[in-house]
Amino acid sequence: MVKDGFFSRFRPRFWDYKLGAQPYQPLFNYARIWILSVALLSAVCLVPLSVLFVVDFQLSQQAIESEVTLRTVRLASNTRRTLTYFIDERQAALRFIVEESKFEALVDPVHIKEMLRNLKVGFGGFVDVGVLLPSGQQVAYSGPFDLRGRDYGDKDWFKKTMQNGVYISDVFLGYRNSPHMIIAVKGRRPDNKSFILRGTLDIKRLIDIITGMELSENCDAFVINRQGVLQTPSRFYGDILERIDMPVPEYSEHTRAFETTDSKGNKILVGYAYIADSPYILEIVRMQDEVMNIWDSLRADLIWFFLGSFLVIFLVICGISTYMVNKVFYADQTRLRTLHRMEHTNRLASIGRLAAGVAHEINNPLAVINEKAGLIKDIFLFRHEYKEDSRVMEPIDVIISSVERCGAITKQLLGFARHLEVEVQHVHLGELVKEVLNFLKKESEYRNIEQVVDITEDVPCIYTDRGKLQQVFINLINNAYQAVDREGRIVVRARPDEDPDWVDIRVEDTGCGIAPEDIKKIFEPFFSTKKKSGGTGLGLSITYGLVKKLGGMVYVHSEPGQGTVFNIKLPIDMEGDVNEGSSG
Amino acid sequence: MKKNLILLVDDERDFVNTLAERMAIRGLETRVAYDGESALQMIQDETFAAMVLDLRMPGIDGLEVLREVGRTHPQISVIVLTGHGSEKDREKCESLGAFAYLNKPVNIKDLASLLKKAQEAGGK
Repeated sequence: MVKDGFFSRFRPRFWDYKLGAQPYQPLFNYARIWILSVALLSAVCLVPLSVLFVVDFQLSQQAIESEVTLRTVRLASNTRRTLTYFIDERQAALRFIVEESKFEALVDPVHIKEMLRNLKVGFGGFVDVGVLLPSGQQVAYSGPFDLRGRDYGDKDWFKKTMQNGVYISDVFLGYRNSPHMIIAVKGRRPDNKSFILRGTLDIKRLIDIITGMELSENCDAFVINRQGVLQTPSRFYGDILERIDMPVPEYSEHTRAFETTDSKGNKILVGYAYIADSPYILEIVRMQDEVMNIWDSLRADLIWFFLGSFLVIFLVICGISTYMVNKVFYADQTRLRTLHRMEHTNRLASIGRLAAGVAHEINNPLAVINEKAGLIKDIFLFRHEYKEDSRVMEPIDVIISSVERCGAITKQLLGFARHLEVEVQHVHLGELVKEVLNFLKKESEYRNIEQVVDITEDVPCIYTDRGKLQQVFINLINNAYQAVDREGRIVVRARPDEDPDWVDIRVEDTGCGIAPEDIKKIFEPFFSTKKKSGGTGLGLSITYGLVKKLGGMVYVHSEPGQGTVFNIKLPIDMEGDVNEGSSG
Repeated sequence: MKKNLILLVDDERDFVNTLAERMAIRGLETRVAYDGESALQMIQDETFAAMVLDLRMPGIDGLEVLREVGRTHPQISVIVLTGHGSEKDREKCESLGAFAYLNKPVNIKDLASLLKKAQEAGGK
């Protein structure tokens, strides 16, 4: 119901216009034209828009994803550089000491203490240093613990250093039970014996580098070794020296990124880099949720923009189509109305010509009958034996009076035909109304309808088109006849109007009245409540047109069940008012 | 006597003959013509006081006869009696000097009294 009512408010009139119901056909099928127009305009406007939207949607999605990946890779790459530099710098410091200092000086407890102090000041991060013999025995040590003389010969890092000349350890707890890492450099004494300079680094500096990145909440950065053990604490995946439950990414010389899912089921983007000459792998993890957030808001914007413009364009298309088709429709309707009116006028004119012809032709034989009957009557009157014989005289009188009636009818027909011609003349309203009512005299007698003519003496003669005014009265009075039942009353009144240049005419009936919802439409062409009983729906619209042509106005007041009043205001001088009337 | 003659002109023979007969009963002497040509001929031969004239006739029609009578015999009062009268015809006849304009069928009393008036007017 609601839907129906809603749509019918916007439904244009042409939509329900049925073909084939009228004597004249409209030029187009309007509903089809409308649909075609909307479809075509939509196709050329909305299809490209949609294609552009889809392409842009995909491009934006890709751009954002690749942007995020790139950012992650760049971050990983920069951090790797920092980490590499941090380790290389300290390794180089130890190397420099090994190359520059004499072994004897290195094992001197005073000197080594001085050296540790210099390393701490110059580079920072060093906790202790020690010098080891190839046997693994630590012969010199400086630091917070007393590790001098300790034997490292069986330690893995010691073997690797002896083998490779340099070693960087994983982070481990060791004897001292705090996470640290070792950088060891092999040196050579002048007698070609080797020794090892070992420095222990506090892991805190490494952690500072990572935390110094100031990552957003959904990001995590940490360092693992090649076994997947965390070397720095991770925000999401555990504390230092715990094992992360993610596979260790495959080796790559360059920084790389890949998408995966972690053990908690989060979609993540991982950027990683192998730190050269060390067991460390830097990993930067970005939750895809964050990536998605950016994309989501952009996508929402895109979709809203698309839907909005789609809707606006579609509405504009519908609006323009409706407007244009309506214009054509109303033009076509005007054409049809004109055709109808022309046909009606033509029909009236030909009826008029026919009536005139018949009247003329009948008048001659009527005259003959009249004279012949008159002659018989004359003869009988002069012969006294028939004069008193009613059997003879009565038929003759009836013939003569019938001829007179026929003559009156033909005269009326001629009068009717004559008034179809367009001419402006002085019209006496009372005579005109009586002439029209005479046509309907018989009907009013049969149906016992009372005809009242109430035209006061002070109503002036009006200068107008008599034929058209007569047609107006014929239509209105006919209408009244169709409205009233037996024993109804039809009153034609005329009074001078308040404006002395106008007269006020009323045709009143005591008929069935007009329903309030129909009252606006009764002057519309083809509107009829009597379609079934043969009404054309043209009578009142023609009346309206005629009154307008005469420079006047028609109003209607009606009470259903009480009756109807048609009120016509006519200018006394039609030609004096013609301009005013047609502009109004 | 002759000067009160009335000429009846109509192509409808039944009508014009009967009318002549009825006029005779009413003591009016008439002549009859069936077309315009013979009517114009007859007014040359005899003197008429009045004329009853139909408008639509073969050959020379009523208007033509009326015009000619007005030109050559203005003393004849012409009563136009037609079955085809329109408002325009009436105006035209009146402007051409017709004595009266009647439509068929006509009441004989009206016509007779009018003819008497016409005789009096046309006789001068």
